[in-house]
Amino acid sequence: MILRIMGEGQYRLDDSAVDELNHLDEALEAAVERHDEEAFGPALQALLDKARSLGEALPMDAIEPSDLILPHEGATIGEVHELLADGGLIAG
Amino acid sequence: MGVMKRVSTIFRAKANKALDRIEDPRETLDYSYTTQLELLQKVRRGVADVATSRKRLELQMNQLQQQADKLDRQARDALAAGREDLAREALTRKAGVQNQLNDLQGQYASLQGEEEKLTAASQQLQAKVDAFRVKKETIKATYTAAEATTRINEVFTGISEEMGDVGLAIQRAEDKTEQMRARASAIDELMASGALNDALGGTPTDDIQAELDRMGASSSVDNELAKMKAELAGGSAPKQIGSGGTVSDAVPGGTTSFPAEQPNPGETQ
Repeated sequence: MILRIMGEGQYRLDDSAVDELNHLDEALEAAVERHDEEAFGPALQALLDKARSLGEALPMDAIEPSDLILPHEGATIGEVHELLADGGLIAG
Repeated sequence: MGVMKRVSTIFRAKANKALDRIEDPRETLDYSYTTQLELLQKVRRGVADVATSRKRLELQMNQLQQQADKLDRQARDALAAGREDLAREALTRKAGVQNQLNDLQGQYASLQGEEEKLTAASQQLQAKVDAFRVKKETIKATYTAAEATTRINEVFTGISEEMGDVGLAIQRAEDKTEQMRARASAIDELMASGALNDALGGTPTDDIQAELDRMGASSSVDNELAKMKAELAGGSAPKQIGSGGTVSDAVPGGTTSFPAEQPNPGETQ
């Protein structure tokens, strides 16, 4: 699977890595649903750290759609809500 | 569905919508390439904008640092002359300047981070746009319109995602730069109004310096007076007034020749 960390780049992940990330993603989603900013920051950071350590960076000139996309480091709940509401995305 | 999957789905939906609007998928490639080049220009402008803001901030930080250094010197001079009240005033102002400086340093680091990210994004996008141009020509030359669709969908979706991501990164950098500009303008205004300057920079309204200068002048007057008195009296040499030692009661009038109360810096503009 291909994963993108926004503002950073793309990684290739094998299935076991995806399972690990999904587990952390549940915590992130719960924080987003509860608007729990305090839990959200660390949950996102944990997910980003894990993705970076498990993934293999794609070459710079790769053009591949991602199966999973993570918000940029330091993103706020508000920004994630905007992303999920399709806010501000530029059409290609 | 988790956050990661939902965000990816939204990006894909956006790309699909754009694809649906065009009849011959091969046209999509040319159209997309044009927008990629535009975006590339935009990222480069963004990098330049952030760099400009960073340099302006650097300039202001240098000015503030000079002010802090000057206030520090003034505090030492005042203390050496036995004027603890004046030294305290200088140090209080220095603390204010230092606070501004610390604040700007934090902003500076964040702006620098934004510049680095945008520079990396620009290089990455350049690499992808170059790769896209090659793929585009290959697809157009090798496949019929029908065959090309699948290949195009994938490349188009991939590049759209990249462009959406870069577009948002530019927006974030622009927001930060905008905040920084507002802040820099506020500090420029403060400096222009003299609120930060008048204690510093050797301007005529530098009240601490004026006081230190007056003290210097009055102690030399005292010296001369004492010398004349001694000459007239034909007596022994008078006690000299040192500027480095304790001044307390050795100064015959140095501290009483001007009001001890300090002018309010806010009123001196």
